[in-house]
Amino acid sequence: MDIKVALVGNPNTGKSTLFNRLTGLNQKIGNFPGITVDKKTGFMKLANGKGAEVIDLPGTYSLYPKSADESIVFQVLADANNNSYPDVIVLVVDASNLKRNMLLYSQVADLGIPMVLALNMVDLSEKQGINIDLNKLVQKLGVQVVSISARNNIGIDKLKNAISNTNKIATQFQDVDVNILAPAAINAIKSKLNSDNDYYALQVLHQHEYLKFFSEKEQEEIEEIEQSHQFESSKTQAAETIVRYKYLSSILADVVSDEGIAKKFTFSDKLDSILTHKVWGFAIFILILFVIFNAIFAWSSYPMEWIEAGFGFVTDLGHQYLPEGMFTNLLLDGIIAGLGGIFVFIPQIAILFAFISILEDTGYMSRVTFMMDKIMSKVGLNGKSVVPMIGGLACAVPSIMAARNIENWKDRMITIMVTPLVSCSARLPVYILIISLIIPSENIFGIFNMQGLALMVMYLVGVIAAVLVAWIMKFIIKTKERAYFIMELPIYRMPRWKNVLYTMYEKSKTFVFEAGKVIIAISIILWVLATFGPGSRFDQIDRKYAPALADTTKNTDHIRTLIATEKLENSYVGILGHWIEPAIRPLGYDWKIGIGLITSFAAREAFVGTMATIYSVDGGDEDTSTIRERMSASVNSRTGLPVYTFATGISLMLFYAFAMQCMSTVAIVYRETKGWKWPVIQLVYMTVMAYFAALIAYQLLK
Amino acid sequence: MKLSNLKVGEKGTIISFTDLDLSVKLMEMGCLPGEVVEVERFAPLGDPMAIRVAGYQLCLRKSEADVVIINK
Repeated sequence: MDIKVALVGNPNTGKSTLFNRLTGLNQKIGNFPGITVDKKTGFMKLANGKGAEVIDLPGTYSLYPKSADESIVFQVLADANNNSYPDVIVLVVDASNLKRNMLLYSQVADLGIPMVLALNMVDLSEKQGINIDLNKLVQKLGVQVVSISARNNIGIDKLKNAISNTNKIATQFQDVDVNILAPAAINAIKSKLNSDNDYYALQVLHQHEYLKFFSEKEQEEIEEIEQSHQFESSKTQAAETIVRYKYLSSILADVVSDEGIAKKFTFSDKLDSILTHKVWGFAIFILILFVIFNAIFAWSSYPMEWIEAGFGFVTDLGHQYLPEGMFTNLLLDGIIAGLGGIFVFIPQIAILFAFISILEDTGYMSRVTFMMDKIMSKVGLNGKSVVPMIGGLACAVPSIMAARNIENWKDRMITIMVTPLVSCSARLPVYILIISLIIPSENIFGIFNMQGLALMVMYLVGVIAAVLVAWIMKFIIKTKERAYFIMELPIYRMPRWKNVLYTMYEKSKTFVFEAGKVIIAISIILWVLATFGPGSRFDQIDRKYAPALADTTKNTDHIRTLIATEKLENSYVGILGHWIEPAIRPLGYDWKIGIGLITSFAAREAFVGTMATIYSVDGGDEDTSTIRERMSASVNSRTGLPVYTFATGISLMLFYAFAMQCMSTVAIVYRETKGWKWPVIQLVYMTVMAYFAALIAYQLLK
Repeated sequence: MKLSNLKVGEKGTIISFTDLDLSVKLMEMGCLPGEVVEVERFAPLGDPMAIRVAGYQLCLRKSEADVVIINK
């Protein structure tokens, strides 16, 4: 790459749209070390034939970070050795709100990196009666200024030309005298670091703790300079902001002329009076949530069935034509089945993110936060947590990805931690099987079906647990970030359909490549555990049934089912099931349920299929009535009593309500939190909670 | 008086702040002493609130608006 370009700007300035415009699909997502925010880079061709790497830095209102995500901006711009350090900064501002946006410009300009100012949304600001004199602005700032509209593809080529014409040496005027804010401390830092930049020195004083490129000794020396000159960070920041706004007022006074302030926002205001109305606001929001829920629950089931059928077809074909043997089985039942288990999530992810990106783009999501803040903040959640929680009713995986949109780190973490407690669609087959075993299908008060009521109670249990755990975590999770709710309510706009498609594509791709590897690894481990057994047990089973299989006069299907049952019992999973029996006996479970608990770590619904194999049901998990019969007839070999009593059934349902029985969720939490700490905490707390809930329920009811 | 005491449609001029850290954030967002703010609406449950300042709409919790001293 010939040059590096960084996009810097406030949130809601259309920075991401510009990024998509410049780079098209030539994007890749990487990591900033030690932080959960994604690093988006892309490539573009400039007019002079040179190539440029573009990096999209997190949106921020100032160089002083209010969150860990925002701290990335200064970390990159302060460190000339950082591999993201730009040759040119494109500072993107919203032309319709120039003054506030220019605060960040004036801070970044003082760092002395070559830059171009891009006035975005000029078409909109002109409609609002705001006129900006570009020539005057260029003269006053000393940089190239380009007016663009990323959304409507206006001025993009001009911007690219400006980037390739940018000098290697910064030309912008640095007219704000920051040295007077803390002269002694700034001068001490300058001589310490051999820098002649006052503002860089001042920023180092403020946020050197975030800057990892300083050695421990340097950090101590900077700290010492801070102490000896009694440097007061917040006070100095406040003073600097006032000085900068004064400077901006004087510069912009004869650059911007604004004619239509009065009628500017009438359309947005009218919409707001309906969409945040006491009654209509909530009614519309619930309707939107219902549509989203229906889409990921019902609409996505068709493409999911196609994907499952497609992978099933490939597996069947493979078993027919490939030579029989361990490698064929590993390939088909381990790897291909694992891949199927990953791709099956794509419809839900794509559909949920289509909705989220529309809600964000139109500005409605900010109103959701605005409306829901009072309720949600009480339990440690965020207004934006509502969408992941409702999405959790269908599937926790896309919902946890959706928590990315929550800016506050603590709120985001709590949302990720509790979303899997909401009853997802994978629990439904388990609930239905057990309810049909232990709850009679009778009506009470003539209209309410008991089984239906029981199912509803299970869903309520999930939601209540999520809220309670969130409330507890509010006190446990510590953060240095101060939680503000000071945010911009952007005006309503039409969604950008291309952005919607990008988001759907990008989120699906991220899931497949980043969560996918964990899912494949776990599904291969589970396959090995279920397909192999110690010693010669499997050979003995094969030998035992060989004569029966050779008898061509009889139907061999049931023999094969019996073999599968016996092999599962003697596999490593079967042995593990026996091994954990003492631990799960107080919950009312036998080793057969133990096997089911282990295999359904892949996904909860696998419990039903495992029960089909264990109870030798020929039709597999399709034949639920036979599974039910066999299960209700089963007797505990130790006590001689039925296994599936009311107490065991309730205990088992509570276990599935709370336990993290889903490797895909573990994988996505790993990917979203960029480490194993949070998924492990989550796995442990949910399993412990499930164990004790099941224990208490069984001991009280038995 | 405090910004949080204003009713919908009322305007005031920012005089000062009673919390230093919050004032840094608020000033960055354009709430500078001398700026005129107007209360646009309250959330359906009474909190947070939306105000118009510096040509755009900003929302904040009442507890945050408490630190903004204004002159009506």
